[in-house]
Amino acid sequence: MMEFIPIAATTGGLTEFTPIAATIGGVLIGLAAAIMMLSEGRIAGISGILSGALKNEETDPPRWQATFLGGMVLGGIVLAATQGLFDRDFVMTQLEIAPWLAIAAGLLVGFGTRLGNGCTSGHGVCGIPRLSIRSITATLVFMGAAAATVYVTNHIFAFGGLS
Amino acid sequence: MIRQLVILLSGFLFALGLGVSEMTRPEKVLGFLDVFGNWDPSLAFVMGGAIVVYAAALQFVKRRDEPQFGKRYRIPTRTDVTPSLIGGAAIFGIGWGLVGFCPGPGIVAASALVTPALYFLPALIVGILIHRWLFN
Repeated sequence: MMEFIPIAATTGGLTEFTPIAATIGGVLIGLAAAIMMLSEGRIAGISGILSGALKNEETDPPRWQATFLGGMVLGGIVLAATQGLFDRDFVMTQLEIAPWLAIAAGLLVGFGTRLGNGCTSGHGVCGIPRLSIRSITATLVFMGAAAATVYVTNHIFAFGGLS
Repeated sequence: MIRQLVILLSGFLFALGLGVSEMTRPEKVLGFLDVFGNWDPSLAFVMGGAIVVYAAALQFVKRRDEPQFGKRYRIPTRTDVTPSLIGGAAIFGIGWGLVGFCPGPGIVAASALVTPALYFLPALIVGILIHRWLFN
């Protein structure tokens, strides 16, 4: 298992750098989060919203987390429906990800985002612009941990998605 | 009703943004995290675009006493960097690096019936519930 995989062979040409699409997508995400803050005064943190949707709490407006998630599901359906209309896929993956790996990842992401009070959206998108020391710290830690994990799983042990 | 519609639109735009930037595809995210491999910097541009727009919106927040519909701004005020924050972020990062899904893309990809996301999303929910059972 300790066989070292040459770096170029592991990831070669899977994705291309797409700065324009990335920036447009980022602006849309920022707009969505801005709408939540300006209309409801709430942080658009997806892990928090999902966690809130799983609670039976009185909220104002009622069950707003479920509504937000409903919008995301609609978005996912629309993205799936555009398959073949553009020269690229928006949601389909070419990676063969083992079910056990996806399950382990889900458990860690669910537990970790709750213990750390946020994920890429809550800490990253909404926390960094506030210059929150907690969010900046969390973002650096999860980015670092994720990069280290990708290195270990793909370049050392070769069971990660890229290998 | 208008409030729920605006919230629905926000969720919809959020998902579209993730899709347009392809952050819903694990290879795109892993390509960013793979800093020692064939690095794809796209995710940094997604973050950058979102942060610039959100920072601009925060300028409006400063000028208005309350949000359009909600009773008040609910902006976190904590500044303490705790072991839970760092430990939680590290655990999240490990899970994120394993497959390339964080919560938002996991939800959107599962809605598009992408196979690995259909394993990831239920596990994500179980992970949230395990935390709740242990700590509440």
